[in-house]
Amino acid sequence: MFDINALLNSLPYMGKGMLGIFVVTSLIVLVVNALNNIPEKKENKNREEK
Amino acid sequence: MELITSLLKGLWESSGFTLLTWQNMVMIGVAFVFLFLAIAKKFEPLLLVPIAFGILLANLPGSGIMDDLTLSQVFGGDGSLAGGGHWYDSGVLRILYAGVKSSIFPCLIFLGVGAMTDFGPLLSNPVSLLLGAAAQLGIYIAFIIAILLGFTPQEAAAISIIGGADGPTAIWLTGKLASHLLAPIALAAYSYMALIPLIQPPIMKALTTKKEREVKMTQLRKVSKTEKIVFPVIVLVLIALILPSVVPLLGMLMLGNLFRECGVVDRLSDTAQNAMNNIVVILLGVTVGATANGESFLKPQTLGIVALGLTAFIFSTVGGVLLGKILYIVTKGKINPLIGAAGVSAVPMAARVAQNEGRKYNPTNFLLMHAMGPNVAGVIGSAVAAGFLLLMFQ
Repeated sequence: MFDINALLNSLPYMGKGMLGIFVVTSLIVLVVNALNNIPEKKENKNREEK
Repeated sequence: MELITSLLKGLWESSGFTLLTWQNMVMIGVAFVFLFLAIAKKFEPLLLVPIAFGILLANLPGSGIMDDLTLSQVFGGDGSLAGGGHWYDSGVLRILYAGVKSSIFPCLIFLGVGAMTDFGPLLSNPVSLLLGAAAQLGIYIAFIIAILLGFTPQEAAAISIIGGADGPTAIWLTGKLASHLLAPIALAAYSYMALIPLIQPPIMKALTTKKEREVKMTQLRKVSKTEKIVFPVIVLVLIALILPSVVPLLGMLMLGNLFRECGVVDRLSDTAQNAMNNIVVILLGVTVGATANGESFLKPQTLGIVALGLTAFIFSTVGGVLLGKILYIVTKGKINPLIGAAGVSAVPMAARVAQNEGRKYNPTNFLLMHAMGPNVAGVIGSAVAAGFLLLMFQ
């Protein structure tokens, strides 16, 4: 028998789980973007100094 | 004459033929199908050959290769069992299986995967990380279905992680949440990983248009060595602070990757990538396969787990491809949605499937490196998903 209560009770876990994964992933994206920028800035600075 | 008859009778009675059950025969058939797929069709032979052979070995009756003498017995002070035997009297594959149950093999596999993984495509295209996250959707869909089918939340969480398409993570989480389901979950996870070339293409085709599949992605930017060295360390610290429970897996993954990228421990990197990884794959594959003994494996619950695992796999692929489609629209056609399917982890099989599918519709297309981004992101994503499941249900 289809248990609607079990479905409704488990939906928040799905929401929390997917949200958690996207939050952690977004933080990693920010870290990666920061890493992408650091070497470029240094190289630009070196060029400007030259 | 009587002597010969009694000899033949004794031989027959002690042979495996008398012990062979229909369940053994079904599983031997499954082993033959897997061997055929691995050898003739070349479906991930490195995984499927050891798994199939493990299934075959476990279902040849009378060998005792997977017998567990320690089951329900008490260890004495000298390590002997109550019955006078020792732990090492168990079947040889049962002893090796301790590496699976203790999570030693999954962690060592992650070390090897880390050493083999180039995070360059991910670093040059960070958006691909989101595809790796979206491709965890199947985990939670399967979780809900498992709950509806009457599994406990811990069992449902362990079953659903099959959707992460990541064998080591599935074994690790199941060992912590529902160790009694380790055998079917590990076998389902590894079997589906090996069968990715069969499972994913129809879903990818059904969810994308021909125009989307033909998209040729631009070349990725070059990533500096510094970025590649700093990435594993920073990401490990970040994730470990948020989800400390996943450190055994991600710690080994990032250690392996640091071996690869730092450039000063080439010998360690080489060992982790090749010799050690090959040894662990053999031991893990054969022992996981050997858990599929017909009598204990062919039960309605096991078949339910196998079906749920497939559901999780399908919805994970769907999640990745759908986010790929959204990114296709957002970037005005610069991202080929097929690479979203690679977000299901399973490195590098899923990326190869994306590459092959892309080439079918545009022979000049080369999606492999683009798909490697979501693919390695999927490894991180599935470990993070496991960490959240552990957080919620342990």
